[in-house]
Amino acid sequence: MTASQPILSIKGLQTRFVTRYGLVTAVDGVSLDVMPGECVGIVGESGSGKSVTFASVMGLVKSPGSIDGGSITFEGRELVGMSDRDYRTMRGKEIAMTMQDALTALNPALTIGYQIMEVLIAHDSDLTGNRSARKKEARKRAIDMMELVGIPSPATRLDEYPHQFSGGMRQRMMIAIALACRPKLLIADEPTTALDVTIQAQVLELIAEIRQKLGMSVVLITHDLGVVAEYCDRVAVMYAGQIIETGPTKSVIGQSAHPYTQGLLRSIPNLAHLDKKIRPIEGQVPELIDLPPGCRFIGRCEKRHEGCTDPIHMRDIDELHRVRCIWTGDFSND
Amino acid sequence: MNFGKLIERLAQLIPVLLGVTVIVFFMMALTPGDPVQIMIGDQPISAEQEAELRHDMGLDLPPVERFVKFLGNAVTGNFGLSFFHRRPVIDVIVERLPATIELSLVSLLLALLTSIPLGVLAAVKKNTIFDRLATVGSLFGVSLPGFWFGILLLMLFAVHLHILPVSGRIGYAYEVDAVTHLLLIDSLIAGRLDTFGNALSHLILPALTLGLPMAAILMRVTRTSMLEVLSQDYITFAEAKGINRTGILIRHALKNALIPTVTVAALETGSLLGGNMIVETVFGWPGLGRLVVESIFVRNYPLVQAAVLFYAVTYVFLNFFADILYTVLNPRVKL
Repeated sequence: MTASQPILSIKGLQTRFVTRYGLVTAVDGVSLDVMPGECVGIVGESGSGKSVTFASVMGLVKSPGSIDGGSITFEGRELVGMSDRDYRTMRGKEIAMTMQDALTALNPALTIGYQIMEVLIAHDSDLTGNRSARKKEARKRAIDMMELVGIPSPATRLDEYPHQFSGGMRQRMMIAIALACRPKLLIADEPTTALDVTIQAQVLELIAEIRQKLGMSVVLITHDLGVVAEYCDRVAVMYAGQIIETGPTKSVIGQSAHPYTQGLLRSIPNLAHLDKKIRPIEGQVPELIDLPPGCRFIGRCEKRHEGCTDPIHMRDIDELHRVRCIWTGDFSND
Repeated sequence: MNFGKLIERLAQLIPVLLGVTVIVFFMMALTPGDPVQIMIGDQPISAEQEAELRHDMGLDLPPVERFVKFLGNAVTGNFGLSFFHRRPVIDVIVERLPATIELSLVSLLLALLTSIPLGVLAAVKKNTIFDRLATVGSLFGVSLPGFWFGILLLMLFAVHLHILPVSGRIGYAYEVDAVTHLLLIDSLIAGRLDTFGNALSHLILPALTLGLPMAAILMRVTRTSMLEVLSQDYITFAEAKGINRTGILIRHALKNALIPTVTVAALETGSLLGGNMIVETVFGWPGLGRLVVESIFVRNYPLVQAAVLFYAVTYVFLNFFADILYTVLNPRVKL
């Protein structure tokens, strides 16, 4: 995997928002590579900057927010500062995104069919013939895609509206729309948060299955380390706008090196060990205005000491596993 | 939308219309003044003659019976004689109606064609100079009293600049075969562009006076609902799909944003009919509004009664029409 070029490469990304309280740096120097065919998990609490990072990748950061530094390259092409027109030809075609809640992401006033066919028609370079022939072809492909995501009798459901679909089917439909043009990279923003537990697993299995079939890369944004453990090759843990730990899923979860990652792991309820108490991380994510120069987790950290108030840089634990923490003690999960 | 449901909805209008008729009938019955006395005026007349007249007019019957009779007559379009015109009320109304319909339609069209694009543009260019100007402008539009604004327009364009006629619907020199009774359309059918131009020149000022305040309100409604819609997840998702700006604005945003606009437009169209009374009077427009005003002055009760009923029925049907439009715009709404 190390030999090939990353499909997506984020370097030193800074995304800021102007608010009336001051400049908020929502994403502060995030660097991350996604390899072809790889599934990368992005974990963090609300406000950690994980969604904004990938809104930046999609070019969907809107005023009062802006990308103030760093670079994002997709297959070698620089995305930061790309024209709207060029960006449009990539979105939905090469990089696709699904949103948290399919109920609000699907337009209530348009048929499901319109919403999937419009993506195919917008990126229609491989649809041929006149207008109606293209439409017919788009319809056929839409039905194929709906079949692929497991929607029964797609030909009739195509003409229905989102409110006529169940929650799970809506989520599948959103995935079908995102994948309609067979993108190389799918950014799945909290794909399971809005769903029932039983349907969560189905949707994740579906994404994993299609990833195999289409050979695409997936970025899975979630706050659930359990989901990451099961589906992701690599993981990046974000806190207060920075990546604080990254590496292969196995070593980040097995030998977590950052007290925050350890805290996240300890706060997962474990049905197998009900006697073991959940230990939530005390305190809250700091305000993103006027952050201290040192470690951002300092206020909630059990292992803090004097060195933590100096700027902390990422350091290598091994070839792939990196952490933003100076603590080098015992990392076995206590 | 299915046809059976449509019929069902139409049937539901019957009690509403019946209620409206009851109110109109008893409102007139309760107004002070005896129609018979008004008819007699100062003429010396015997008690028998008065009783006979009362009987002829059906006013000697108990109110409920009179109402049933009124209802039966109303259904067949018989609203009695207009005291003033000495002709059936319905004939007088039908004669005046096309002028009012033409004025209302053109005003409505003018309002819709300006307010929706401006509202969308103001929302898209939120907080820019354009948005501010449009918002302030619409505040003026809403605040202008129709009669005052109409007179200002008259003074400027007709009296000082002599560009447009002062009053009336068409010049005396022009005549055209009545097909639809709407002069703009009839003149086009006849291929008479000069007549069309003349009719239009008469129509511009009253239509502006009626249409501008309506455009102002509709623009504000469209702007607000457009802003609301543009912040929705489905707009972001459409952007993430790589859909172009026009596709997002027209197909994704506007279809949702127009729902409140349609409601307000239906209500405003109803009040256009009321506004007509003032504007038609100011501009000497030979429509229903002016007829009603004149009839009130001469206590021409049968005509006023019929006109009020007509306004009410129009209002009910406008709302029905808006309900149907909802189902087109919003598939979650069922008739």
